Amino acid sequence: MDEFLYLACIGLLGTVAASLVRVHLGPNRADRMMGAQLIGTGGVAIALVLAGAARDASMIDVALVLALLASFAAVAFVKATSADGAGDPEEDG
Amino acid sequence: MNPALLFDVALAALAVVAALSAVAGRDLFASVAFYIVYGILIALAWMRLGAVDVALAEAAIGAGLTGVLLIGAWSQLHRKGATETPPGPSSAARLLAAGASASVAVLVAVIFVGLPADGAGLAPAVRENVAESGVSNPVTAVLLNFRAYDTLMETIVLAVALAAVWSLTRDELWGGIPGLRQHARDGGVLATFGRLLPPLGLLVGVYLVWAGSSMPGGAFQAATVLAAVWLLLVMSGAMDEPAIGSTAIRLTIVAGPALFLAYGTGGAFLGTFLGFPADVAGMLIVAIEYVLTVSIAATLALLVAGVPRRQE
Amino acid sequence: MNVADWLSALSILVGVAFFIAGTAGLLRFPDVHSRLHALTKADNLGLGFISLGVAIRMAEPWSIAKILVVWMLTVLAAATVAQLIARAALGTAPEEAGADDHR
Repeated sequence: MDEFLYLACIGLLGTVAASLVRVHLGPNRADRMMGAQLIGTGGVAIALVLAGAARDASMIDVALVLALLASFAAVAFVKATSADGAGDPEEDG
Repeated sequence: MNPALLFDVALAALAVVAALSAVAGRDLFASVAFYIVYGILIALAWMRLGAVDVALAEAAIGAGLTGVLLIGAWSQLHRKGATETPPGPSSAARLLAAGASASVAVLVAVIFVGLPADGAGLAPAVRENVAESGVSNPVTAVLLNFRAYDTLMETIVLAVALAAVWSLTRDELWGGIPGLRQHARDGGVLATFGRLLPPLGLLVGVYLVWAGSSMPGGAFQAATVLAAVWLLLVMSGAMDEPAIGSTAIRLTIVAGPALFLAYGTGGAFLGTFLGFPADVAGMLIVAIEYVLTVSIAATLALLVAGVPRRQE
Repeated sequence: MNVADWLSALSILVGVAFFIAGTAGLLRFPDVHSRLHALTKADNLGLGFISLGVAIRMAEPWSIAKILVVWMLTVLAAATVAQLIARAALGTAPEEAGADDHR
């Protein structure tokens, strides 16, 4: 079972590597941000599986913090690209 | 090769790729995105090394707070039209920097290889004495008891860093409010997110500082989460940054280091600076940890907010 | 391996499959909005199945509660971020706000 869990982590790491390609290629900033966002979710998934493999409940807290904060960069990004840099894309449209 | 080792090798390789892409990339925004990814990968690496406390700190700071800070910095540069890559340093300077970095890397490698083979370091000494620290998480015991002076100085460094940032304020804006006034469409997605997430974030922050005395967690990790929640409240327009002239905010920032210093001085009267007997140390450490959390959270959030840019 | 182990493994396997599908979409789909569509599948379903698999394995109430919060946070964040990025990318031609500076 443990070996399977680490193999699953390697599979998830593969998706992280693929998303890095999207971060590199762009072409839009939104694309780069989405790549980073997917890697954030992948990181949460890997942290959960690692916690499962170690049967360590405190490792779930790392997934918890990642899940809580993973979206903040994307929020900062959409604010930065709004009209005055302090707004909301829903106001501009 | 067993799967766990294969995972470790792949993770280390990806972290290096992300780091190189962040440093060597030509597009500033892509570098910021790679740096956020790098923080996530390093948090996972700390988990694999069994350092969950450090993984928590890296997840909160590297993957969370730093991303917001760097994107804010990119945004300001972008608006000033300053995102073009400036002419690089001369090749002599590059060579010097590369040489210095390589020497540091070699030095670290030499020290690492030279470590005693059993790799125990100070861990047995900490384990033997953790009962006398008043808390059961060995990392918290080291940070707030055995090596408390390090932590004390770190909290003071943070407060000094904030004073340094504030000292860059233009005279007519002194005492004003950092950053632009943030706004979001009423009832829109961003405004709703800014109301749904903070209660959960507050819960996670309080949980982390509470967990810190017996499990991985603690003041710095919790404070970073709380600072991020503060920033989200500001970004979603639910709350404005406080004026830096506010007495309440200044007291909040110095409360943690001041209490810590008072505790250390109290210890000095009983014999040793920062030294307390186990029966009172536990309770005092927990009290200091909570006050520090609030102070560090306010300091980190205001460090990200930057210099005052308006009076009202 | 007992029944719980098999269930846990199966759930994690399905989760990883959704992640791989979502990433393939992020790489292969032609424009921002369809790539965003692929991304949200990985976020919601992929992490959902992985959470379920790990929860079965941990089999302890406090851990399961924390895993549930992790999944809820991710779904909430994914929905919000998808909506906001879609709006931010809307109506900006690639050579305007969304595109790189030196292109």
